[in-house]
Amino acid sequence: MTEFLSLRDAIAAYVHDSSTVALEGFTHLIPFAAGHEIIRQQKRDLTLIRMTPDLIYDQLIGMGCVRKLVFSWGGNPGVGSLHRFRDAVENGWPHPLEIEEHSHAAMANAYAAGAAGLPCAIFRGYAGSDLVGVNSSIRFITCPFTGEQLAAVPAITPDLAIIHAQRADKSGNVLIEGITGVQKEVVLAAKRAVVTVEELVEDLRAPSSNSTVLPHWTVNAIVEAPGGARPSYAHGYYRRDNAFYTDWDTIARDRSTFQLWMQEHVLDSHHPVKFAG
Amino acid sequence: MSYSTTEMMAVAAARALANEDICFVGIGTPSLACNLARLMHAPEITLIYESGTIETKPDVLPLSIGDPELCETALTTVSVPEMFQYWLQGGRISVGFLGGAQLDKFANINSSVIGNYERPKVRLPGGGGAPEIAASCNQTFVVMAQSRRTFVERVDFITSFGFGEGGDHRQRLGIRTQGPTLVITDLCLMRPDPPTKELVVVSMHEGISREEITQKTGWPVRFSESLAQTLPPSENELKVLRDLQTRTNRAHGGK
Repeated sequence: MTEFLSLRDAIAAYVHDSSTVALEGFTHLIPFAAGHEIIRQQKRDLTLIRMTPDLIYDQLIGMGCVRKLVFSWGGNPGVGSLHRFRDAVENGWPHPLEIEEHSHAAMANAYAAGAAGLPCAIFRGYAGSDLVGVNSSIRFITCPFTGEQLAAVPAITPDLAIIHAQRADKSGNVLIEGITGVQKEVVLAAKRAVVTVEELVEDLRAPSSNSTVLPHWTVNAIVEAPGGARPSYAHGYYRRDNAFYTDWDTIARDRSTFQLWMQEHVLDSHHPVKFAG
Repeated sequence: MSYSTTEMMAVAAARALANEDICFVGIGTPSLACNLARLMHAPEITLIYESGTIETKPDVLPLSIGDPELCETALTTVSVPEMFQYWLQGGRISVGFLGGAQLDKFANINSSVIGNYERPKVRLPGGGGAPEIAASCNQTFVVMAQSRRTFVERVDFITSFGFGEGGDHRQRLGIRTQGPTLVITDLCLMRPDPPTKELVVVSMHEGISREEITQKTGWPVRFSESLAQTLPPSENELKVLRDLQTRTNRAHGGK
């Protein structure tokens, strides 16, 4: 049975200290509201997985929720570095961060393998890259048919997947539109899944027979969280707040500016962060 | 008409693209270059962004690799696993764009760390799609501003493999694609010397001297015997480029 919970109850029930959590979203539909609730509930020692850790992971790292990060590109898209991520890796602030670095192709394949119930993903990758020497999860196998050497990485099977989607119906079926990233794969790969949505509706109104729909029995909990992806965007609902992404560079560069911003906009506020746009 | 070094780089990269090309586009200057080509001499060029958008025709440049503009103007949008499995790994891309913090004389690229990997001086964002773009696209173009700090004898870390130690190193690793065939900098164009694969200067931009290029390259850089002069951006190229930039700035909140 899919549960319908408040954001606070869903995070309290599903996110446990020291567990492995993937809050996915490839620049689109990033589950910011869920990430902020994890910060408010002061979850600790999380292993976070994400292809493109961006501002919400920068915030989770800077607020001390994260022990290890598995990722393939950790930056502020089109702007530059994630300063809290850098500070954690370079200076161990607020505490040291263990990293496991991959390429996009590896992580996308590893999620797909997780969804498919396979132990590992096989693909043509990492040729000549020094990532092979610093990440023991990257191995090579020989194709039994052609003899070609192919890269292999373990399937990603997080304890919990959290994604944001456009809408869910009263049964808990979920519709995702636009850039769908690896969201379908992460939900199917994870042991449990929580989905925050822009709106709960009577009828899903899937626009095509081929729309990306997650059946309710693949999702453990649904949370109605309008604006829950801001300052990223929800295709068909609101635009990406590119100006905020640019502003984040200044906010996050300095530890105290960062902490003040988090205090005012996340810790002291139980409503979704208001962003322009 | 005066122009910036970024404009020169974008124009030079755009000119290297053809109508038939299927491009894997990165954000920043590559995105500027690919869309300039589409608005100028290559109206049918296919632009693909790794977020899954195929045949996208953005009116304004995206800030991120997955801006709504890309999806809304695309022929179709596929999932990220499909993008990397069927479209990139499947060998359907003719040109991929790469950049990074460091590049060496064999066009290996570092976008991971400056200094030691375990205790880096600077932790960079990482490779993202680059390690497989470098191997799976038929050829790659590298776009980077040139300095002694960025164009180095040996990169601190090979995130994306170029020609390794030169010669047939790609073939020895089983890589079947051409690799980096063109490096576009703010000073010049470089191409790999056919047998050794060492990058040599093949064209110098307007107003740039050999001395400046030598001084801003971290290895003893060689110049082609048939060294050319890069044509400066035309008035029309600059007009189209600047119109695109103006539309983009307006769309991104006036910054």
